[in-house]
Amino acid sequence: MNARLLPYVLILPVTLFLCLFFLYPFLLVSKQAFSTGAGFTLDNFREVTSYWKFPITMRNTLLLAAAVVPIQLALALLMATMVNRMQKGRDLVLYVWTIPLGISDLAAGIIWLAIFEQSGFLNSMMSGLGIVDKPVNLLTFQNPGIVFLAIMLAEIWRATAIMLVILVAGIGLIPKEYYEAAEVFGASPWKRFLRITLPLLRPSLQTALILRVILAFEIFAVVAALSGTLFPVLMGETYAYQFDLLNSGAAAAMALIILAISIAFTLIILRVLRVPKGATI
Amino acid sequence: MTAVTTDAAAPDARQAGRWVYVSAVALLCAWVLVPLYFLLINTLSSPETVNSFPKPFIPEFDLGSLTFFANFAGMLTALKNSVLVAALTMIMSIAIGAPAGYALSRFDFHGKELFRLLILLTRAFPLPLLALPLAVMFIRTGLDDTVFGLALVHTTLAIPFAVLITFALFSGIPLELEEAAWTLGCTRLTAFSKVVLPLILPGITASAIFAFVISWNEVFAAAVLTIENRTLTAFLLQNLDTSPLHLKFAGGFILVVPALIFIFAVRKYLFAMWGIANR
Repeated sequence: MNARLLPYVLILPVTLFLCLFFLYPFLLVSKQAFSTGAGFTLDNFREVTSYWKFPITMRNTLLLAAAVVPIQLALALLMATMVNRMQKGRDLVLYVWTIPLGISDLAAGIIWLAIFEQSGFLNSMMSGLGIVDKPVNLLTFQNPGIVFLAIMLAEIWRATAIMLVILVAGIGLIPKEYYEAAEVFGASPWKRFLRITLPLLRPSLQTALILRVILAFEIFAVVAALSGTLFPVLMGETYAYQFDLLNSGAAAAMALIILAISIAFTLIILRVLRVPKGATI
Repeated sequence: MTAVTTDAAAPDARQAGRWVYVSAVALLCAWVLVPLYFLLINTLSSPETVNSFPKPFIPEFDLGSLTFFANFAGMLTALKNSVLVAALTMIMSIAIGAPAGYALSRFDFHGKELFRLLILLTRAFPLPLLALPLAVMFIRTGLDDTVFGLALVHTTLAIPFAVLITFALFSGIPLELEEAAWTLGCTRLTAFSKVVLPLILPGITASAIFAFVISWNEVFAAAVLTIENRTLTAFLLQNLDTSPLHLKFAGGFILVVPALIFIFAVRKYLFAMWGIANR
């Protein structure tokens, strides 16, 4: 076949597929959100944002992302640098640390439910140590702090691995010569981390943060498994609009709001962590 | 490389540092493994033990919970649906994505940057949300509540990864190999199938497995798009507030097991895939 046409033939299936199942639904959801039957309207947005639960939902989602993502970033950086200097057992440790990568958010929620539920392992441990004499129901509306903590822990447990993988791959791309040169000039390990690893890791940090932040706004099943409706988040409300209230216009509006936040944060991250023009490893 | 530091004169400090390092690694491993172990205990205990207090810290190897899970109405069908959707997603995302990955690695063509942008754009979107409008579209085309319809949405989730990963894999195989095959009388197609394909096959398998896991784990789109033919995740989510604890834990366990095996199977490729797919 003609070598000029071949690449286009090869990318055609993906392009068609993404137009049909990515761009087209995106247009549909926008149309759905901006109309209630006749013409352009903001009614759907007005309806969802004026609902009393909306500010709480928004606050919860953002608060959770703000609490979880920095910890994950720090933890992933720590794990990546630890793995980097490891000589023995590197593969095994990496396998163990990346296990959560394959675990769904629903399963992660269920796993942490086993720890936090009333007859769960946390209560068993506390009663074993004599801290409590009978099992306490931890995940109730009286303990919003504990509910938040449980969701936070489950998220950190589940989704740090994705950042770890990206960062380990990124660190692997940094030439060893830079570290050797820094050592010759007497830079401490901490200095080397600050002055070599962090700046050169910027593209990976960017990707890791964007992926992670978007996933943080999509949080849904972990919350559903651990707290039911105690801790409403944006994605859960979207699901409720679609199913419990059968209001697909409102659900579409919610979807666009989540999209808008995700895009806004993607742009912010791209801007803050931008790689200077012409800078390569 | 950190071994040659200036504190060679203080072996005690080095020893202590090493000890802190090893225990930190062990602690982080435990952080991942212990919750999984708790789930295992719950799964391998009888329903009575799961609901009792306090909990034992060693499993009693009772298959009561798993039997209950297997006999729960609709559960096995849900499991079957999950496998079917994931398998379809795996096949479609590789069949559609791999050619594009090859094109990106081998050709310079007009619109290449635009195409890459389209692929990267999908990663900046909360894709499961697109299940909402698709639900309407599927009802019109008769794809609603079918395994195939859901697999199409999951393929959208998996395709950006499939393209980027296969792009990385093909880039790792020198063009010279193919050119050598051409000079020896192969056509583009035979050179590909006899030279490139055998080299790339393990990597392709790894990215196929990755696509399988993406679909297997997906909750939101599955819950939105299926009603009768629920997948395991959708089924568990739907019954979260009504199902007994032992059912949840057994279900969670069944969800986790393939993930464990798959991550083990692709562990060699995990970092190579991400390293290049990033740039």
